[in-house]
Amino acid sequence: MAEHVQPHGEQVGAVHAPIRTYLTVWGWLFVLSAIAYFVDIVHLTGWLKTVLLTVLALMKAGLIMAFFMHLRFERLNLIYALVAPLIFLVAMLVGLVPDGVSVLLRR
Amino acid sequence: MSAEAALQHTEQPSVWAGGVSPFGVSWQKLMMWIFILSDAFIFGSFLVSYATSRASVGAWVDTGKVFALHVGGSEIPLLLIAIMTFILVSSSGTMALAVANAYERRKKQTVYYLFLTMLLGLTFVGCQAYEWTHLIVDYGVRPWWNPFGPPQFGAYFFTLTGFHGLHVLSGVIYLGLIARQVAKGVYDRRGSYANVEIAGLYWHFVDLIWVFIFTMFYLF
Repeated sequence: MAEHVQPHGEQVGAVHAPIRTYLTVWGWLFVLSAIAYFVDIVHLTGWLKTVLLTVLALMKAGLIMAFFMHLRFERLNLIYALVAPLIFLVAMLVGLVPDGVSVLLRR
Repeated sequence: MSAEAALQHTEQPSVWAGGVSPFGVSWQKLMMWIFILSDAFIFGSFLVSYATSRASVGAWVDTGKVFALHVGGSEIPLLLIAIMTFILVSSSGTMALAVANAYERRKKQTVYYLFLTMLLGLTFVGCQAYEWTHLIVDYGVRPWWNPFGPPQFGAYFFTLTGFHGLHVLSGVIYLGLIARQVAKGVYDRRGSYANVEIAGLYWHFVDLIWVFIFTMFYLF
């Protein structure tokens, strides 16, 4: 795959992956979704389930953004400009969920 | 002019100096990315609100049981959602093939894969219509009440899946308009199929959101 990667391509939309790469990514998305489904139906619980599902979701998100949405072939400053703001979503999650837990403890 | 200044003059200008395209993409593509980022924050806020509410009530609804399907006398947990995920991931694959064909300016194949993507998108929305009908009519689920557990479940179910389904439906219409342009040869005359790639960004984003709804709402 690496030989097709030219992150500083000058022509807009000129640099992209061959169809074989898309099919490989597609296959992996099926595999990762199936693993996530089985993690749930075999009744894994607690931290193991949380960690596994989070890692699987982030892997799928990474594949979709990198290849299907072509971020892999865009300039680095576009990638940073789009991915960096998402840290605020993580901050919101980390900031608000403990609030929910404290409500539960006061019920 | 000193030799040093002349040397500086021939160097590459800064990408932020203006007059160049700092991100190296067309403005249409950049605008779509900015829209996607803002939409990601809308869905992100919904999901964070859901996570907070769920943390505040303790026991939650057993989604595996609620979204199970009966196959040959046995109940397979979450089967309907697994099928919907399969359909949406498939549609992302056909969309990627449409974009790959658009790069090569293969008009017929681009239209073919766009139609296939729309068909899969409509199938997904159809499954969702079945799911909503089943929950509303058979179980009496409302945004403020449901027979399974905490009342918050209904509100978050309708908000998350409803907003996502609306995005899929909008995407089908959007792809339909793009497919029409391709079929009419508009992009051949323009010499650029870039609009297919930009529509692809939107479609893949809708799939990306489903990854998180599937994980956080259905699997957890």
